[in-house]
Amino acid sequence: MIKFFLMVNKQGQTRLSKYYEHVEINKRTLLETEVIKSCLSRSNEQCSFIEYKDFKLIYRQYAALFIVVGVNDTENEMAIYEFIHNFVEVLDEYFSRVELTDETPPVYALHSQKACFSPGNSPKEWVYLPSLCY
Amino acid sequence: MPAVSKGDGMRGLAVFISDIRNCKSKEAEIKRINKELANIRSKFKGDKALDGYSKKKYVCKLLFIFLLGHDIDFGHMEAVNLLSSNKYTEKQIGYLFISVLVNSNSELIRLINNAIKNDLASRNPTFMCLALHCIANVGSREMGEAFAADIPRILVAGDSMDSVKQSAALCLLRLYKASPDLVPMGEWTARVVHLLNDQHMGVVTAAVSLITCLCKKNPDDFKTCISLAVSRLSRIVSSASTDLQDYTYYFVPAPWLSVKLLRLLQCYPPPEDAAVKGRLVECLETVLNKAQEPPKSKKVQHSNAKNAILFETISLIIHYDSEPNLLVRACNQLGQFLQHRETNLRYLALESMCMLASSEFSHEAVKTHIDTVINALKTERDVSVRQRAADLLYAMCDRSNAKQIVSEMLRYLETADYAIREEIVLKVAILAEKYAVDYSWYVDTILNLIRIAGDYVSEEVWYRVLQIVTNRDDVQGYAAKTVFEALQAPACHENMVKVGGYILGEFGNLIAGDPRSSPPVQFSLLHSKFHLCSVATRALLLSTYIKFINLFPETKATIQGVLRAGSQLRNADVELQQRAVEYLTLSSVASTDVLATVLEEMPPFPERESSILAKLKRKKGPGAGSALDDGRRDPSSNDINGGVEPTPSTVSTPSPSADLLGLRAAPPPAAPPAPASAGNLLVDVFSDGPPAQPSLGPTPEQAFLSELEPPAPESPMALLADPAPAADPGPEDIGPPIPEADDLLNKFVCKNNGVLFENQLLQIGVKSEFRQNLGRMYLFYGNKTSVQFQNFSPTVVHPGDLQTQLAVQTKRVAAQVDGGAQVQQVLNIECLRDFLTPPLLSVRFRYGGAPQSLTLKLPVTINKFFQPTEMAAQDFFQRWKQLSLPLQEAQKIFKANHPMDAEVTKAKLLGFGSALLDNVDPNPENFVGAGIIQTKALQVGCLLRLEPNAQAQMYRLTLRTSKEPVSRHLCELLAQQF
Repeated sequence: MIKFFLMVNKQGQTRLSKYYEHVEINKRTLLETEVIKSCLSRSNEQCSFIEYKDFKLIYRQYAALFIVVGVNDTENEMAIYEFIHNFVEVLDEYFSRVELTDETPPVYALHSQKACFSPGNSPKEWVYLPSLCY
Repeated sequence: MPAVSKGDGMRGLAVFISDIRNCKSKEAEIKRINKELANIRSKFKGDKALDGYSKKKYVCKLLFIFLLGHDIDFGHMEAVNLLSSNKYTEKQIGYLFISVLVNSNSELIRLINNAIKNDLASRNPTFMCLALHCIANVGSREMGEAFAADIPRILVAGDSMDSVKQSAALCLLRLYKASPDLVPMGEWTARVVHLLNDQHMGVVTAAVSLITCLCKKNPDDFKTCISLAVSRLSRIVSSASTDLQDYTYYFVPAPWLSVKLLRLLQCYPPPEDAAVKGRLVECLETVLNKAQEPPKSKKVQHSNAKNAILFETISLIIHYDSEPNLLVRACNQLGQFLQHRETNLRYLALESMCMLASSEFSHEAVKTHIDTVINALKTERDVSVRQRAADLLYAMCDRSNAKQIVSEMLRYLETADYAIREEIVLKVAILAEKYAVDYSWYVDTILNLIRIAGDYVSEEVWYRVLQIVTNRDDVQGYAAKTVFEALQAPACHENMVKVGGYILGEFGNLIAGDPRSSPPVQFSLLHSKFHLCSVATRALLLSTYIKFINLFPETKATIQGVLRAGSQLRNADVELQQRAVEYLTLSSVASTDVLATVLEEMPPFPERESSILAKLKRKKGPGAGSALDDGRRDPSSNDINGGVEPTPSTVSTPSPSADLLGLRAAPPPAAPPAPASAGNLLVDVFSDGPPAQPSLGPTPEQAFLSELEPPAPESPMALLADPAPAADPGPEDIGPPIPEADDLLNKFVCKNNGVLFENQLLQIGVKSEFRQNLGRMYLFYGNKTSVQFQNFSPTVVHPGDLQTQLAVQTKRVAAQVDGGAQVQQVLNIECLRDFLTPPLLSVRFRYGGAPQSLTLKLPVTINKFFQPTEMAAQDFFQRWKQLSLPLQEAQKIFKANHPMDAEVTKAKLLGFGSALLDNVDPNPENFVGAGIIQTKALQVGCLLRLEPNAQAQMYRLTLRTSKEPVSRHLCELLAQQF
């Protein structure tokens, strides 16, 4: 089960966070800092799964942006790992090759921009995290 | 897609965003934002009514400003207005604003809920989806209260569109996870299972997620999902790579849905229906076969998706653990991954194989990969993979390969990462003990451990080696020789000094014949380390020295010189000073006979479960045990009597901090009968107090017990009326008791009522009464918060053999405890036979969505079943003499922890349960008591005597009972009360 979904840049700034379990706001900041620290400290040779406290982190790096998913220990690591990629592909498709750099503003902002800029867009295509999230 | 298109493209917003992006400094950005905020405020306040488009545009700008990290304190009302617009884009922005900036303003919430309600009822699928997404995104309890009842209806309605069903399922899942109590179960649950058959794969995916979550709580209600899931899975697995169109990911049909279906099946045992099972096995085989086929695409996405399904399939095969053929095939498949160039696959293969190693069907197959795994341990560049390899080696270890695995792990330890050293040390220690055929190998292994990773060798590990050496005389000489050699290293770890000090003190005589390890050499070797060691180790060494005086009289003068030195006798540390003074006096006052008795070799330790195993599990935390305990889930590892805890009391603890007197409080059974007990003598040596009490020497007479007719049971049924079966979770389901559990328990040894536990959330009160071998306990659980507790379930667990010793019947309590309310639980207790460990009380509940759990020791100790017995002095002494076997007596000398007040002591002894006998002991300061412990199977007669020594602020407690473990246990329980 997914506990949270984070997009964090290399400077450690959170660009997107979505929690599927209640976590207090001040604990979130702490958690996000620790999570990105443990991801940054790893090399390419290392596997993409980290045991962190009582759950697991699964991460992928796209340029300067990390996508990190926290899951419980029964979750299928490989499925989540590939799910991250699927998510990125969807974003890429939907936002017409917006570069995913650390300049990327939060996805919600992208939403609203998108909403204003392409009104002809059919609402069916609307990407909403909860429905996308698996 | 062009980024900007015609129509109502909100040019103003685009300009604003690009202005912000072009700002050169933070100040400029803030300036621009403030300007914009002022503008929006004036527009919202203006007389002119804004049209939908402008409202949308300004709300959008506010949202953007908020996401940049600035506070927004207005605009909520405008956003709420947008909700009732009929234009998609306006409504959408309204919902977006509400989802991101929820405000608990009650007036507003009412309006929002109203708008959502309208949209849910609108029959416009797009609007319904927007409303459902908003509910899910906010996901609060208030949202749940308002809509949880409506959503199931939308979910199963025949005319709901696919996208609506999908959103409804996910929304319901979200609400259920947040507040399960709010989602009403009902007729819809049966229909939700049939969504697995839905045409639309999105609906199926959402439904599987929902069902997987719901069925954990009520597996029986959703049982029908098994066959539906199997047939859906079978259709996906056998479909061609393009059949599922949008749901095909790089030529893999519906990979995530397959994974979810396989996971859903893991909530249940294998299907009972042979046809369903056959179909499922076929699916699993197909997945395994496909793994061997050439890939349909060279892209990594293809193989990743395929492997995701493969790993979930293997998890299901392991979960069933019933198909030897599939288990072995799974193992072979994972074996191929062990050498894959992708680190991720190697990691996952090692992890899954760990599970396979615990299955009897695949254990042998896993073992064939030992060389690859050892190689991984040596060469793998990623520490997390190496750790998995170490886990797997531990899991696949058995008698046939233990030596190889242990030596490889030891070698790995030299270079292992600091983070995992302690765990490896524990594992090596466990394996070495478990599979030791000859104990010299075991001793070598543990000493190697200390040499290589001394800092990571915890007390449990070196206590354990001392226990084993003490209990096995075939290895004592070897151990002495080996530690002697190890200590000769110029720098050796302090733990080595501890082990060496203890072993030489006990068994140094076995190697004293060799001139190279003659007594003076042994002593000077140990003493050369003395000054570099910590206080605890020095204390242990001082004990070794006094033992040397006994073993090797020729060292006496040297050692007395050491003890007499100012650095010992006037040491700033009380413990060291006391030891030096006592030992020096002991060595000069006592005759050699007395010395030999006092410093008799340690008696064998009672056989116990290794406490190391418990420690390893604690380290990994609950739930992670599966990889570690290949099938041996022993209840003792919950650590009730996990072995060698350094309580400063019991005979059997080689703890360096243990008091000398405690160490020798009871002579070993084999010791020759001494005129007075060793403990007695020691007190006299140092206290200069009143002369010892008249000795109670052994004279066999008629049985003590036969005289004490147990009173006929009055009405046991009254106490046991209306029992409800207790749903005991297995001991492995509950966590270890909280650290304070022992202290809390001790508070209740001498009393029956009071507050057992309290934290910010919960208070647990106890009221209990005991009669004969029966008891009734009322537990009061008070919710100290203002929020309701959900899924509140307190259960009583019997660790170890307790099940056969104590029957506890509990009644269920309500699953909800309202804020500020208190619920009561009644426990009926029957003592079947004598027992040593208390039952555990495990309390679980959800507080604000977060699961809480708590394990306490239930205040039921053996003394609760005491029946006081009055008797005259003469009878008492007669019986005392009858119980004179060394094992029947337990004695303890200990420091007073509380002021020594005779009245308080009396009250405690009465609370303990025995009768207090006056005019029995010639010394009026002393207390004497008698009673019978009533159990269903037998009665145990108990006599006790407590001798306070006000001058030394110490007590001596002596217990004599007709049953050896009971004496010891009562002695321990009672000693902690003073």
